[in-house]
Amino acid sequence: MKIEKANDIPLEIHDMTIAYHKKPVLWDVDLIVPEGKLVGIVGPNGAGKSTLIKAVMGLIPKASGWIKVYGKPYEEMRSWVGYVPQRESVDWDFPINVREVVLMGLYGKIGWVKRPDKAHVRIAEESLERVDMQAFAKRQISQLSGGQQQRVFLARALAQDSQIYLMDEPFSGVDAATEKAIIQLLGELRSRGKTVLVVHHDLQTIPNYFDWVIMLNMRIVATGPVSQVFTNENLHRTYGGKLTILSEAAEAVSRT
Amino acid sequence: MDQLATFWIILTGALASASCALLGTYLVLRKMSLIGDAISHSVLAGIAMAYWLSGSRSILPMFIGASSFGVIAALLIESLNKKWRIYEDASIGIVFTALFAFGVLLISNFAGQIDLDQECVLYGEIAYTPWDLLAFKGVNLGPRAVWLLGFVLLLDVLMVVLFYKELMLASFDPAMAVSLGISSTAIHYILMTAVSMTTVAAFESVGAILVVAMLIVPGATAYLLTDRLKVMLVLSVAVGVASAVIGYYLAGLWDSSIAGAMTITAGGLFALAFLLSPKYGILGKSLHQFKLGIRYAADHMLLTLSREAESQTIPVRSRRQLLALSNATAIQARFALMQNVRAGFIGRANGDLTLTDAGKRAAISLLQGHRLWETFLNEKVGLPSDHIHEAANRMEHFLDERLKHDIIEEIGGRRKDPHGKDIPETGDEASR
Amino acid sequence: MADQIARFFSFQDANVRYVLFGSVILSAAAAVLGSFAVLRKRSLLGDALAHAALPGVCVAFMLTGTKSILPLLIGATVSGVLGVLMIQAVTASGKIKSDAAIGIVLSVFFGAGIVLLTHIQKQPLGNQSGLDKFLFGQAAAMLPKDLLVMGMISFFLLVVILLLFKEFRLLTFDPDFFATLGFPVAFLDLLLMALIVLAVMAGLQAVGVILMAAMLITPAVAAKFWTNRLSAMIAVAGIIGAVAGFFGTFLSSLAPRIPTGPVMVLSATFFLILSALLAPQKGVVAKWRLHMRNKRRMAQEHFLRGWLEISKQNSGHDRVEVGELATHLRLSRQAIEKAGRRLMRQGLVSIQPPCFALTEVGRQKATRLIKTHRLWEYYLIHRAQIDPDHVHRDADEVEHILPPHVISELEKIVETEGVGSGKFASAHPT
Repeated sequence: MKIEKANDIPLEIHDMTIAYHKKPVLWDVDLIVPEGKLVGIVGPNGAGKSTLIKAVMGLIPKASGWIKVYGKPYEEMRSWVGYVPQRESVDWDFPINVREVVLMGLYGKIGWVKRPDKAHVRIAEESLERVDMQAFAKRQISQLSGGQQQRVFLARALAQDSQIYLMDEPFSGVDAATEKAIIQLLGELRSRGKTVLVVHHDLQTIPNYFDWVIMLNMRIVATGPVSQVFTNENLHRTYGGKLTILSEAAEAVSRT
Repeated sequence: MDQLATFWIILTGALASASCALLGTYLVLRKMSLIGDAISHSVLAGIAMAYWLSGSRSILPMFIGASSFGVIAALLIESLNKKWRIYEDASIGIVFTALFAFGVLLISNFAGQIDLDQECVLYGEIAYTPWDLLAFKGVNLGPRAVWLLGFVLLLDVLMVVLFYKELMLASFDPAMAVSLGISSTAIHYILMTAVSMTTVAAFESVGAILVVAMLIVPGATAYLLTDRLKVMLVLSVAVGVASAVIGYYLAGLWDSSIAGAMTITAGGLFALAFLLSPKYGILGKSLHQFKLGIRYAADHMLLTLSREAESQTIPVRSRRQLLALSNATAIQARFALMQNVRAGFIGRANGDLTLTDAGKRAAISLLQGHRLWETFLNEKVGLPSDHIHEAANRMEHFLDERLKHDIIEEIGGRRKDPHGKDIPETGDEASR
Repeated sequence: MADQIARFFSFQDANVRYVLFGSVILSAAAAVLGSFAVLRKRSLLGDALAHAALPGVCVAFMLTGTKSILPLLIGATVSGVLGVLMIQAVTASGKIKSDAAIGIVLSVFFGAGIVLLTHIQKQPLGNQSGLDKFLFGQAAAMLPKDLLVMGMISFFLLVVILLLFKEFRLLTFDPDFFATLGFPVAFLDLLLMALIVLAVMAGLQAVGVILMAAMLITPAVAAKFWTNRLSAMIAVAGIIGAVAGFFGTFLSSLAPRIPTGPVMVLSATFFLILSALLAPQKGVVAKWRLHMRNKRRMAQEHFLRGWLEISKQNSGHDRVEVGELATHLRLSRQAIEKAGRRLMRQGLVSIQPPCFALTEVGRQKATRLIKTHRLWEYYLIHRAQIDPDHVHRDADEVEHILPPHVISELEKIVETEGVGSGKFASAHPT
C-alpha cells in the first residue's frame, strides 16, 4: 500500500445520487462503514445494490455526491480496494487458465508491459491455496463449476491484498462446500482487520454471516449493526413495495 | 431516356425497396439485422449455382435454388452457434463470407457461361430492366423484373397479414407465443425464407448493396419514429419507396450507380429522423430541452406572482418587469408568458399583468406538489430537511394529481411541511 | 498448369515474392487482431469498418489522383473510423441497437462508396483507377513499395500486441476489474480498436472490402478449437491466416480472372471446418471418440456385473450363456460378443462358446462394480429420496464415473447408517 491513509474510516459516502439515462436509481446515499466489519448489502432486485458498489469504484458515473476511502478520494486509494464482480459478468469460455486469472489481481503492482515474475506467481499460488483451488491452477476456466469459478474470483481479489473488499453476490449459485469456504475466508479477512462489503441476496443468512448491514431500496433504508438494524420493521420498509411513489417519480423524471 | 423507361426503373426500385423494407422491419425488431445481411450475401452463391447448373435464366429453378441458399445460411448460422458453440456474431461473419466468396468464385470462374459479373452482383442492372421484357403470347407485358418483384411484394404482404399476430408475438413475447402453441422456430424460418426469396428477386435488378440497405435502414428509421407496429410497417415501406424515387434522380445528377444513390438516400432519411427525434436526436433533444425550459419558466412565473399576492408586495405592473423577474433566457421567458396567457393563467387587469383565478389554482397546485414532495422525502425517504428543497424544486413540475394523491395517502394527510409551512389543498383531492 | 505451379514455387519472379510476402503477413496480422475482436464480441464491427472504408478510398483517389497506397490507406482509415464513430453515436441513443447500427453504417457507407466508384469509372481516366480491386481484392495489384508500407504496419501491430498482451487480454476478459486496478480502460479500448482498424485497412487490397471481415474472424475462431490459452490462440490464428493468404495468392496467380479475396476466405473456412472436426478435445471427432470410449466401457462394466448377477441367480454357475446375458442386459448377441471379446483381451473374461466365464481378476472387478452400483442405489433411494422404481436406470449411468473418493464417502454413509458393510441387498430382485 504505497499511499497513506488520511483517517480510519474505510468508506464514507455523502449525498450520492446515481441516475441511469436520467432516471434516478439511487437517491441521496449517505453512509459510513466502520473498519473491520463484515457488511451485508441487501435489498430487492433492481434496488441498486450492485449500482452502489460499482459507483464506489467509479465504474458508474455519479449524478451528485462524493466518496472517500480512508479519508481520500477513491482514485487515490485504488490499491486499498479489492473487487469481486458478479460471476455472470465475464465470458467463462475465454481461453485462459485459473492461475492467469488470479495473476490479473497483481497487474496493478506489476505495471505496464512487464510480465509477472516468480514472486508474483508465488503470490498467485498462495491465493489459490487459501481458496483450496491450487490443484486447478492450469485448468481452463470453462471447465470449472460455478463454485470453483467463484473461488477463482476470490483468489484474484486476495492476490490484490487490499484493506477493503467489495464483493458482488459471491454466494449466488455456489455449492455448500464453496459457501462454507467463502465464510471461512471472510472470517479470516475480518480477523486481519479488513473490511468487507458483500452484496447478498439470502436474508436468512444475514445474521449468521455478517455483523453490519446496509439495507437499501433505491435509497438507504437503514444501516448499522445487524443486531440493532436488521429488524422486521426495517425489512418491511426495504422489501415492502411501498416504493411505488419513488419509482413513479423516477419514471416521470425520465420521461421529460 | 424516355418517360416510360424511367417509370419502369423507378417502379422496379420501389417494389424491391418496399418488399425489403416490409420484412426488414421485423429483422430490426428482432435484432436480426445482420442475419438479414448474411442471407442477402448468401443468396448470391445460390444464384450463381443455379445459373451454372441450369444454364438458363428460367425463373422457377433459379428462384427456389437461390432462396434455399438463404435458408441454408440461416441454418448454418444456427448450427455454428448452437452445436459448435461459436459466438453468434462470429457465426454470422463466417457463414456469409464463406458463401459469398463461393458465389464470387463461381461467377468469376464461369464468367462466360453465366450472365452475371461481379459488379452486377453488387449493384444490379436496374438500368436495363425496361428492356428485359416479358412476353406472353406475343403481347408485351412490361419488364420481367417488375412482374417478379410485384409478385414477391404481394407474397410478402400476404405473409405479413396472415401471420400478423404470430409474428408480433414471436418477436415481442416468445414465451407467450410458445404457451399459445405458436412455434417460434417455425415463425423464424418462415421469416428467413421470405427474406431469402425477396432478396433473390431483388438481387438481379438492384444488386446486393441495395438489398442489404433496404432490409435494415427503412425499418430502423421507422423504429425511431413510432412505437406501434402497424405504423412502423407502413412508415418503413414509405421510407423505402421514397429512397427509391429520390435516389433515382440523385443518381442522374451525380452520374453514378442508381442502387448506390438509393442507398445513400435511405441513409439520409435515417439521419434526418435521428437528428430530429425528440428523444434521441441532437436537434430534437435540444428542442426538447428548450421546451422544457419554457415549462419551468412558466411554472416559476406563476409561483412568483402568487407569492407576491400572498405577501402583498408591489404587484407586477408591466410585461417587462415580469419578464425581468424570470431566471430563464429572454426567449424562453417570452414563450413562458405566452403559454400562461394562452392557458388562461395570466390576464390583464387595469393594464397590469396578474394571476387569474385559474392561475391562482395552478400556482397553489404547484406549491402543494413542492411541499408534498419535501414532506415525502423527509419522512418516508429519510432525507434531512436541508437536502429536500432542491429536489422538490425539480420534482414539483412533474407531480400529477394521481401521484400527489398517493403521496398524501402515504404521509397520512399531514398539513405542514418539514419547514413548518402549510401544505395547501387544491380541493381536487376530495373528489377521489 | 504444371509449369505455372513450378514457376510459382521457384520464387524466381520477384513480383510473386513480394505479393506473397504481403498477403501472408497482412492475413497473419488481421488474424491476430481478429482474435481480440472475436473475443470481445465485436466480429462484425470489423465488417463494418471494411465496408465503410470504400468511400474513403474513392475520395482519396479523387483528391490525389494517384494509386499509391498511402493516401488511399489514409482515406480508408478516416472513413472507416468515421463509420465506427457513427455506430457508437447511433447506439448511444439507446433506441437503435448495435446490430442495426452496424448494418446501417455498413450498407450506407458502402453505397456511398459505390456511388463514388461508379462516378470515377465514368470519368475519362477512371477506368485505370484500379479501385475496383478494393471490392474483392487483388493481391497481385499490390506494388512492392506499397507492400513495404503494409509490411511495416503489420510488424508494428504485432509488436504492440506483444508488448501490451496482458493488458489487452484483461481488457477483453474483464474490463470492469481492469478499471478498478487503475488502468485507463477507455484509452486501451480505443487503442485496440485503432489497431484493428489498421489491420483491416492494410488487408483491404488483398482481400477486398466485402470479405475482409472473414480474415479477422474465421482464422481466430478456427484457432480457438485448438487451445485454451490466448497466446497460443493468436499464434495459431496468425498461422492459419498466413496459410490462407498464401493459398489465395497462389491459386489466383494460376487463374488471373479469380480475385484473391474469395480464395483466401474459402481457404480460411476450410481450415475452420478442419479444426472443428479434428481438434483434440474440442473437435467433433475427438468428442465422438470420447463418447464411444465411454459407451464401450459402460457396456463392458454392464457385462461383468450382469454376468455375476446371472451366475448368482443360477446358484454360482461359473459359465453364463451369451443369450442369457443378452436378455438380462437387453442388448443384442453381437454387442455381448463384442464386449466379451474386448474383456477377454483385457484378461477379465474367457470364452468357452457358447458361454463366457470370468477370470479371477474379472470376478474381483465384477464384485467391485456390483458394490458401487448398490452404494449408489442406496444413496439415491435413502438420501436423495428418489423412487426405487426409477433408481436402477439412474444408477446405471452415474456409477461408472464416480471417482474413488466419492465411493469411499458413500461407503462411510452406508456403514454409519448400519446397513452392514460390503455386500447388502439390492433394491431390486434381479
